[in-house]
Amino acid sequence: MISIELLLLVSAVMLFAGIYGFLTRKSTLAILLSIELMLNSADINFAVFNRMVYPNGHEGVFFAIFAIAIAAAESAIAIAIMINIYRQLKSISADKLTKMKW
Amino acid sequence: MSYTLFILLLPLISFLVIGVVDMDIPKTGKVWSHKAAGLIGTASLGIVTILSYYTAFEYFFCTPRLADGTLPTLVPFNATWLPLGNLHFDLGILLDPISVMMLIVISTVSLMVHIYSFGYMHGETGFQRYYAYLSLFTMSMLGLVLATNIFQMYLFWELVGVSSYLLIGFYYTTAPAIAASKKAFIVTRFADMFFLVGILIFGYYTQSFNFSFAGTVEYADGATHFIACNPETALIKNAAMTVLPISLVLMFIGGAGKSAMFPLHIWLPDAMEGPTPVSALIHAATMVVAGVFQIARMFPIWIDYAPQSLSIVVVVGAFTAFYAAAVACAQSDIKRVLAFSTISQIAFMMVALGVCLPGHGEHANHASLGYMASMFHLFTHAMFKACLFLGAGCLIHAVHSNEMSMMGGMRKYMPITHWTFLISCLAIAGIPFFSGFSSKDEIISACFQYSPICGWWMTGVAAMTAFYMFRLYYGIFWGTENKEHHEHHTPHEAPWTMTLPLVVLSVITVGVGIFTTLGGFLNWDWASFGSIVTATGTQYTIHFDAKIAATSTIIALISIGLATWIFKGEKQPIADKMYAAAPRLHRWAYKRFYMDEVYQFITHKIIFARISKPIAWFDRHVIDATFDLMAWCTHKTSNLIKGVQSGNVQKYALWFFGGIIVLFLIMYFTC
Repeated sequence: MISIELLLLVSAVMLFAGIYGFLTRKSTLAILLSIELMLNSADINFAVFNRMVYPNGHEGVFFAIFAIAIAAAESAIAIAIMINIYRQLKSISADKLTKMKW
Repeated sequence: MSYTLFILLLPLISFLVIGVVDMDIPKTGKVWSHKAAGLIGTASLGIVTILSYYTAFEYFFCTPRLADGTLPTLVPFNATWLPLGNLHFDLGILLDPISVMMLIVISTVSLMVHIYSFGYMHGETGFQRYYAYLSLFTMSMLGLVLATNIFQMYLFWELVGVSSYLLIGFYYTTAPAIAASKKAFIVTRFADMFFLVGILIFGYYTQSFNFSFAGTVEYADGATHFIACNPETALIKNAAMTVLPISLVLMFIGGAGKSAMFPLHIWLPDAMEGPTPVSALIHAATMVVAGVFQIARMFPIWIDYAPQSLSIVVVVGAFTAFYAAAVACAQSDIKRVLAFSTISQIAFMMVALGVCLPGHGEHANHASLGYMASMFHLFTHAMFKACLFLGAGCLIHAVHSNEMSMMGGMRKYMPITHWTFLISCLAIAGIPFFSGFSSKDEIISACFQYSPICGWWMTGVAAMTAFYMFRLYYGIFWGTENKEHHEHHTPHEAPWTMTLPLVVLSVITVGVGIFTTLGGFLNWDWASFGSIVTATGTQYTIHFDAKIAATSTIIALISIGLATWIFKGEKQPIADKMYAAAPRLHRWAYKRFYMDEVYQFITHKIIFARISKPIAWFDRHVIDATFDLMAWCTHKTSNLIKGVQSGNVQKYALWFFGGIIVLFLIMYFTC
């Protein structure tokens, strides 16, 4: 039996990898991937807690499934936005997206 | 009697309809607005007049008197508009002898003016606007007299002020009209400030905004009952002795502003810039007597709790009466003469109210004779003064000038105007068998009852009244004809729409005069004004004091004779000699004793220069500067920190993440 700490460690690594990617990558596509990484780490947490703490229920698993569905929809929207940004700016680099400032 | 609600609603509806609906039909090219607006206004006023007369008939003749001989005070409609704890502002309709009498006065004069304006305002631009304002005014004035409480009265009081402002400034393209309307509005508003303070003091200490009534109040179904003002249950027990007189005097200042009492009279002569029918309706017959009506409304409180303060009313009234009469003797503009005559006559009414003394039981009506006399004079004055103003309108229509020098010898050209004008002049002069005699005689009797000085003073003013009115009459209808002016444009009688109101009003003047004069000498109780309006509400038959009646008649006749002697001829050697003998006096009177200049000096040289300017400096350099400093600080600070908002999403995320970590650390180490 793998201990709960090890499983949570995996999700924590994924979360921080996501945060790191979100803060450092310049391509918005890579930023989107990082967001997905963070979301998936949360999904892992749901599954882990369901399995380890409340083994008789299924709520955590269902939550994870919903979150995956929503993440899919969200990435579709995000990619659509990026295509639009690309048409406007001929680039999807986050450095160039500084129109929304003071 | 719930139909009385329509007396208020109909003019309001016609105001909205005439004011909002565009009545011109552009495609046909015909201008419909004239006929349509005039007809709608006049028709609704006609219905209002019929309703008012029916109300009066039902009230005075079909309502049984109560056991103590008073007419009941009816409240057919009263709704709480704004409750404020114990206090509440009501809107409703109140019928008692004076409000019903005022209904008759207002609706009659207003209907006459509506008809008259068809002729007088014919072809003017803004005809439709004019009728809309007339409806607004009529509605407000009716609301003022039908008010169930002092606050409702104040609401409508301001509304008549506004409609007066709008109508004085009707010719808003001419500078004098604009100046006059502003002056009227500012002066009356200034006075109304005192009125409002008086109302608030009154309401606060007596816990009620309602009038106190001599008779019994009867409510219709569904009407909100009101707590009549009761100083015994007042917030401060001795409010009756100290606060009530103060609030009543403050209210009187408001009334003095509206009724053009010295020194707040300065707006009324200038208000003559408005169309003449408006002067007849607002600045002679109805609105300017609002101050008198207000005192009459509060009269039970005055007489019970502030009888000493009434002497202020007497002094102000008596002085104003004399001052205005003196100025009227020297004016050359016919509307100005009539304006000062109006001021003088309203002052008569004020004095009559002021000379009332508190009396008890049987003697109350006798002691408060002035109340009845004042209301009676209000009624008769409204009729003959409206007639005089409308007559003046006919003259102005004929010669296109207000100046007496442009007239002269007009009796040949305008017979109807001449006769009706003469009748009204006789009435205002106080000749028996004309309505003014009966009412003025009662006022002078009341004054003599108060004090002989007051009586003789007012008799003297009455003599001056007769003199200046006949100076005006001879100056217009006799005297030197201005041939040069008449050659261009021969004066002609006005159209029937203008002469009909003159005839109606002078018929009322003569009719009322004959009945009340005979009634006063022969003790006919049915022909006595005292049978409908008295201080206590019980019937009181007027009986003329033969001595006073004879004295005032003889004095009036002497004054008329004097005026005839001086002003009737083609050449006026005596008048010229008088001017030569006292040029300065004449000049002073002509310039209205420089009251306007005094105001100009006080407002501009003292208030504006010494008070307003420093305040303006303080406002600009201290208050504005404080806010400017705050704005400057904010601006600079935001410039300093605006770099944070770089637009780079990843930086925001970093800040966010850093914040979360900091929060986490704080919670981790503290909890």
